[in-house]
Amino acid sequence: MAVTEAPRIVTSRLEYDDSFTLERYLATGGYDGLRKALGMSPEEVAHEVDAVSLLGRGGAGFPAGRKWSMLRKAATTYLVVNGDESEPATFKDHLLIERDPHQLIEGVLIAAYAIQASRAFIYVRGEFALGLERVQSALNDAYEHGAVGRDIFGSGFSIDVVVHPGAGAYICGEETALLESLEGKRGFPRIKPPYFPAAIGLYGEPTVVNNVETLSNLPWVMLNGSEAFTALGAGRSTGTRLFALAGHVRNPGVYEVEMVKTTFRDLVFAPVFGGGIPGDRELKAIIPGGVSAPWFGPQHLDLPLGQDEVGEAGSMLGSGSIVVMDDTTCVVRAAWRITRFFWRESCGQCTPCREGSGWLEKILRRIEDGEGLEADVDLLMDVCDNLAPGVSWPPQQTTICVLGSSIPSSIASAIRMCRDDFLVHVKDGGCPYG
Amino acid sequence: MADPVVTSHHGIAPKVDADATVTFTIDGREVTAPAGQFLIAAAEQAGTFIPRFCYHPRMKPVGMCRMCLVEVSGPRGATLQPACYVPVADGMVVDTTTEKVKKAQDGVLEFLLVNHPLDCPVCDKGGECPLQDQVLAYGPGESRFLEEKRHWAKPIPISELVLLDRERCIQCGRCVRFAAEIAGEAQIDFLGRGDAIEVNVFEDHVFTSYFSGNTVQICPVGALTATPYRFTARPWDLDQVESTCTVCAFGCRAAVQSSSNRVTRLLGMDSDPLNQSWLCDKGRFGFEAVNAGDRLVEPLVRRSGTATSDGIDELAAVSWSEALATVAERLDGVRTEHGPEAIGVLGGARLSNEDAYAWAKLAKSVIGTDSVDAQIGDGLPAEVVLGLPRATIDETCAAACVVVLSGDLREELPVLFLRLRGAAIDGDVPVVELAPRAGALGEFATVLPYRPGEAATLARNLGAAGEEHPDSVADDAWAAARAALARAGDGGEGVVVVIGRPSLAEDGALVAEAAAAMAEAWPQAKFLPALRRGNVMGALDMGLAPGLLPGRVSLDEGRGWYEQAWGSVPAGRGRDAGAMLRALVDGSMRAIVLVGSDPLGDFPDRALAEEALGRAGFVVAVDGFLSSSAALADVVLPVAIAHERTGTTTNIEGRVTRLAQKLVSPGQCWPDWMVASELADRLGAGLGVTSAAELWDEIERLAPSHAGITRVALDTPAARDGIVAPLPASSVRITSRRALAPFDPMATPGIDAVEVQGAPPRAGLAEPPGGDELQGAPPGASNGANGAASAPSGAPARPRSLRWPVPVEAPQLPAPDSDSLRLVSTRRLYDRGVLLQSCRSLAPLAKAATVRANPYELGRLGVTTAGRVRVRSSRAAVEFEAVADDGVPRGVVCIDFNLVGDDSAVDHAGASALIDVGEPVIDVRLETL
Repeated sequence: MAVTEAPRIVTSRLEYDDSFTLERYLATGGYDGLRKALGMSPEEVAHEVDAVSLLGRGGAGFPAGRKWSMLRKAATTYLVVNGDESEPATFKDHLLIERDPHQLIEGVLIAAYAIQASRAFIYVRGEFALGLERVQSALNDAYEHGAVGRDIFGSGFSIDVVVHPGAGAYICGEETALLESLEGKRGFPRIKPPYFPAAIGLYGEPTVVNNVETLSNLPWVMLNGSEAFTALGAGRSTGTRLFALAGHVRNPGVYEVEMVKTTFRDLVFAPVFGGGIPGDRELKAIIPGGVSAPWFGPQHLDLPLGQDEVGEAGSMLGSGSIVVMDDTTCVVRAAWRITRFFWRESCGQCTPCREGSGWLEKILRRIEDGEGLEADVDLLMDVCDNLAPGVSWPPQQTTICVLGSSIPSSIASAIRMCRDDFLVHVKDGGCPYG
Repeated sequence: MADPVVTSHHGIAPKVDADATVTFTIDGREVTAPAGQFLIAAAEQAGTFIPRFCYHPRMKPVGMCRMCLVEVSGPRGATLQPACYVPVADGMVVDTTTEKVKKAQDGVLEFLLVNHPLDCPVCDKGGECPLQDQVLAYGPGESRFLEEKRHWAKPIPISELVLLDRERCIQCGRCVRFAAEIAGEAQIDFLGRGDAIEVNVFEDHVFTSYFSGNTVQICPVGALTATPYRFTARPWDLDQVESTCTVCAFGCRAAVQSSSNRVTRLLGMDSDPLNQSWLCDKGRFGFEAVNAGDRLVEPLVRRSGTATSDGIDELAAVSWSEALATVAERLDGVRTEHGPEAIGVLGGARLSNEDAYAWAKLAKSVIGTDSVDAQIGDGLPAEVVLGLPRATIDETCAAACVVVLSGDLREELPVLFLRLRGAAIDGDVPVVELAPRAGALGEFATVLPYRPGEAATLARNLGAAGEEHPDSVADDAWAAARAALARAGDGGEGVVVVIGRPSLAEDGALVAEAAAAMAEAWPQAKFLPALRRGNVMGALDMGLAPGLLPGRVSLDEGRGWYEQAWGSVPAGRGRDAGAMLRALVDGSMRAIVLVGSDPLGDFPDRALAEEALGRAGFVVAVDGFLSSSAALADVVLPVAIAHERTGTTTNIEGRVTRLAQKLVSPGQCWPDWMVASELADRLGAGLGVTSAAELWDEIERLAPSHAGITRVALDTPAARDGIVAPLPASSVRITSRRALAPFDPMATPGIDAVEVQGAPPRAGLAEPPGGDELQGAPPGASNGANGAASAPSGAPARPRSLRWPVPVEAPQLPAPDSDSLRLVSTRRLYDRGVLLQSCRSLAPLAKAATVRANPYELGRLGVTTAGRVRVRSSRAAVEFEAVADDGVPRGVVCIDFNLVGDDSAVDHAGASALIDVGEPVIDVRLETL
């Protein structure tokens, strides 16, 4: 069991009760990263970030530096922060928004300076009432402090930052739906091509969309340099990452761990992290990266927490949510609960996702209620196949965005790992787990 | 691969480069397509139909239904891609029939039926339903869905015209996109999400758009149905012809479908130069008037001595021969006693070209009067309309800058509004509107407000393009207008002026003066007339205006030519509509023939019209309905109306299209030309024709503007969108609408790919020698271009059509009066006109007239937001509800024309009670009650 001595990069202030205030922020090196960045050229800042291989922490894991470099040259460009964290059991950005909003704002400003954005928007999930309040007051204080607005710290660089609350739709975490929502329209994901908002984004202008945690890394990177950052982790997965650990663990919560050097086993079982499964029960399955990700079994426990390592094993680190399921878990019910979430959150735009999500939910509920048929298991797999042909990883799509092709992940995992659980439901006419 | 361009809307527009082509492989065949074209369209052109629901060729793709998934091979292997928004690329390999594609199609169709009620037996769409058709062609045989389907209350009315069944809806978003993207009125939209998503109107809102019927037309299931068609027929019982809508003068091409000699519905044809699939609701549902029970079906003559308590003799049904004999006898009597100019012919915009020509020939040659006018004081001087260099609609929509001086186009020529809106919003064509009131163009145009009477001053300022501008125009608007005009070339090249009648309370001559000022400032500019009545342009072309002869020829220019052809023409210029009514009042005119006109409802000055009809010695009404004016006539002759006649009609750009007869007229209705011909026979000189077809042959032979547009040419499939008159002297190819896109059966469900427009041309007529190459006659030629026999030597030369400049008389304006407001009276699409009021579904949509004024003016009266006020002119005082409207300039009040106030007991309370056509502008005062 290895718990590395890596420094805390994005959670260093959380031990303070007043971590969200400007006073505490300034007392702990706040806005020094921004001052340093403003002393460099925008290209130098962008280069520094490109050099650290800062993989996006929102789900897709696209390197932030690469994303910035793809920005189409235009008179008007935007930076948009995706703070619409809404997936079940994902709550790491929530913590950063509520407990260290200045760190996020400083990250926003560094990124905005690097890409020379015309305006920045922080899109925060509407249900984060306290988070919205905290980030807005922090922004007001930052304006007062001269860190935001006109001529920041006398550098000549000016930018306005706008906080925008979401209205309660998971789909608005999909970056193009988020942009539609920000424009005041329905949160319908946009058709691709154009594949990247960096070409055509908010109001048709080139736009960078970054995750909260991704940007929260930037102040530390600026202050400590790229070498200090890349010294952590391995391969493409550098630095640390936040994991929201939930399910059957003794200590659920958000943990910042060094990437790659830490394994699933470390995270679940180390006393400083998850502390193991209550009652020392057997592990049945683990959701490694949010409910869109295919599940892992006990045989994957020693897999390092690295983007490529997990990807090669057939799943993803995704949204940074890890859910542990012990042997008391009914996988039918787990798959049903996840599918019900997708059914309720499907935007309704594409036929397969709109109709398939509800149909899958109904079949799963029927099986769980003991009214399933043996043929339903194959039917589930075939309906999944119509949403994501092949039901493989990474999934193929029949829909505009990846919500539709994510629905099969949990269903197919449950069936492939525990097909007998389904058949017992059918045979016994009910759920054996009670 | 060309980059698709994102527009203001969610979808993307293809950036097609027609000059560059790409080569791609589809199902093993190598084909070429224009670079940037969407795969679905490129495949269709290559003969491969890819199934679809949400895709519509006239709207931007959204990729929602996922029905068009095909396999596209790329660097990372073959993946399923939606053909509706992936542009074709060089070397692309596309498969539409692989197992993977078939599985995807099966899957999507099975998903679509998960929540679809399958109530096909009671659904209007059954039999023409893209969902039915494509499930049959591409879907699985059965569904594996066992659960309860989603339920909605159904159907729910979302307007007087449209019913919504959300259970049938497959969420393709065609209606939503049409409303937002094409009509610019997002009144129907998605609500909710997931499989609880629904299209609907917003709470407490009604789908009031004038274009709502288009959403019904393009709905690929039976989710949206229209009350006039609902449950009236089964698609397989319908018979169809392609014809032209004559409700306004835009000339939309429509499929007219009928069952058992009743029109059941109209569907917009995808005519590229015209309506591009769309119709307005008045045009679409106006057929209800044709089927209406209050049609005139037999000739009526007023019998003396049958008066009851009101002292008016009653109209009694008689035979045609008795009615015609009465008319001929009375007209002959007036002619003998008072001369031919004592007889007037008012109206003609309802007629076909052939009818109009027959009536012009009857009036000007047989009767001998030049007092004929197809416009009833609501248009512009005919010479100005015909003389200005003409733009086509396509030229207008591709102009460097469009200047509009007309009534609100959405109210008067709705589909022209759609075309212009598309040009402005998708094509970035700048539009500048000179307007005495706010209107629908304000969404995209730079609006330059003016007070009635000041249009010419504003036009002169605009032509000078300097700093000087009237106070009514804000500085930033003026700067925007100048910037728009700066896009034009030398002499105003590329400028198109849309010229109509902005207000019925402002003399048309004042608008003509403004047009003349613009024509002088921009000698290279072209003009698109925005006269609204059905075939008013054809009627003017055929000479139904004082001082004109058929072919846009002045009386003097055409005298020799037509004297030879017709025998005689009037000695001098006659009276226009206003002058005719005044002459009836003062006794210098004794008889009037109302050819489909209702001066009591439509003439701007109601008091004058009433007095004129009251004093006229003899009034004949030739009409389909007993309008308030026809009810005063001595003889009423019933005629065939829309869809009951064959012939041609002419739209605002001069495009001649064929009218197809779909129905047999009820009762004893005759075509108008036949009435003219029979009357001519009884007045001593026959017209010498026995059919509408022969009339067209004569028009083509005699009218210089129509030379070369032969009947055979109009009948060729290539000319289904008509032929613009005049033809150029050099040869021109008439292109087919099929040249660009093949027929798309999913675009408008229920429309057949008809190739025939009504009856085929008569046997024995040869194909035109040049195929679809046509050529006009050079001016001065003395024989028809279609090879008719040469005229004898010494015969008069073919006359020239009018050319700009023509004389324009500007009336003297009264001195401004600081206590008065200038009256603006504008048309609404839904009014108290005879046609609309005969339509069961449309009649209730005519709203009460209000008086709209700038809040400043109402504030001076102490009226804050709304309230009742009295409007007093020199003629009358009428009460209306007042509405504060920022779009109305100060110093102006705006009252809808041909609508009455909310107190319907007061029949005369409309704007026409206030107007005195003797005054060039109408000054009124507002009074509180």
